[in-house]
Amino acid sequence: MRRGALLLAALPLLAAAGDPAPVRQAELDYMLRQDCGSCHGMTMKGGLGAPLLPEFLQAKAPDALAEVVLDGIPGTPMPPWRGLLTADEARWMIDRLRRGLDQ
Amino acid sequence: MTLRRSLRRSLALVGLTAALFAPMVSAGPAFAACGSAEPRGTNDLGIVIERAAGRVKVVENTANATLATVDGLGDLSHASAVISRDGRYAFVFGRDGGLTKVDLLERCIENRVMQAGNSIGGAISEDGRLVAVANYEPGGVKVFDAGTLDLVADIPAIYGPDGARSKVVGLEDAPGNRFAFSLYDGGEIWLADLSDPKNPQVRKYPNIGKQPYDALVSPDGRFYIAGLFGEDGLAVLDLWDPDAGVKRVMDGYGRGEQPLPVFKMPHLEGWGFAGNLVFLPAIGRHEVLVVDSTTWTETARIPVAGQPVFVVARPDGRQVWVNFAVPDYDKLQVIDVPARKVTATLTPGKGVLHLEFTPRGERVWVSVRDTDRVKVYSTGTLAEVGEIAADKPSGIFFTARAGRIGF
Repeated sequence: MRRGALLLAALPLLAAAGDPAPVRQAELDYMLRQDCGSCHGMTMKGGLGAPLLPEFLQAKAPDALAEVVLDGIPGTPMPPWRGLLTADEARWMIDRLRRGLDQ
Repeated sequence: MTLRRSLRRSLALVGLTAALFAPMVSAGPAFAACGSAEPRGTNDLGIVIERAAGRVKVVENTANATLATVDGLGDLSHASAVISRDGRYAFVFGRDGGLTKVDLLERCIENRVMQAGNSIGGAISEDGRLVAVANYEPGGVKVFDAGTLDLVADIPAIYGPDGARSKVVGLEDAPGNRFAFSLYDGGEIWLADLSDPKNPQVRKYPNIGKQPYDALVSPDGRFYIAGLFGEDGLAVLDLWDPDAGVKRVMDGYGRGEQPLPVFKMPHLEGWGFAGNLVFLPAIGRHEVLVVDSTTWTETARIPVAGQPVFVVARPDGRQVWVNFAVPDYDKLQVIDVPARKVTATLTPGKGVLHLEFTPRGERVWVSVRDTDRVKVYSTGTLAEVGEIAADKPSGIFFTARAGRIGF
């Protein structure tokens, strides 16, 4: 039931016009694990940065989370990634995290 | 043990190879799968962390070779290691709170404990008996017997009026069987004396500055220096005179200018020292700061290719090598110390995560994550002289660290 709901939620995203191209998606997925993982843990359990597992993100608005990625959190080590990521890419990464990296 | 050793010795004396008989005389019951060790030195050994695979490679820096792969170390994102004083074991600190003792001779895991939920690094005492681990969750330091990995002391990093626990960073060994560390959330430096390991004496220095992110001990063991993320500056504790308190230096080195984003937190360790000069990564500035440690004043700023992460002096102090945060993490730059400027830029590949000099510095090993390679360069000619395959390599730790304070 839960899995079905997640799949349904994911389908429109997969088809969304703003989605990164497949090659870029692979790069972003790699970046999530390897670069975000440096602070948030490669398994997203957290480190210097907060945990990014689905259960920590699902109650939060995806667009607000994408803004955190783009603008960072002043006063913390979370940097603004806007120069390296587009808004669509940030949103795609958030959706990816909300599904869980292993899904 | 004595009996076993003398047995082995007498076998060798009558001309039989130790390798033939070693399975009978080594391999404790808990890890019976461990192989037997040929007699050899360990001072050219080390490990390379394969961070995504939870493995380490046991390597040798004389022949630039991989000797073995040791599996089963858990989540090794941001893993680091210290070396036992006899140069035989590496204690690996995993992100997931695992502390793993790897036998570099038998090339296997000798022991492993899960000691916390989330860890950042550790240190080994000057007498080699204690291994301390800095933990994010629950925030504090745990100290273990280096032989058995039994817990010896637990030091929760409680600060402030509400009794909150802080993430701990910059845990370093200091002379006198002491450990120094910093409270990231609490903005404090603590100095723990473990002369009596079961009764650690902790001296606390509050208000040292916002968000200490890492620290180093000078190679002579005199200064503990914490870098601050939350403000421009460094906090310095003179371990020869702990009553004098923590001194702030380099305050406002970037004030008034727009800081650049820091896409990866820099790291500090005693390797930044070249003589009396210490080379440090600036935060939010594409510069390496040069500080005179006799006066704690800035002597130079060297423009570099990106946000510096590791700023490491060759053991003789003639060169300083620098790697960078994303998106400049395909580069390595070489600073000539007398000239105080970058004299070479290398491009080993994307994801240069770490570098480690051979004990005398004639070569440097460089982890290149995205090409799954460790590249070896001559530091004299800057030519590539070797290469090792490794899966997403990160930290490289050679056994020569065992003899250095603050490593």
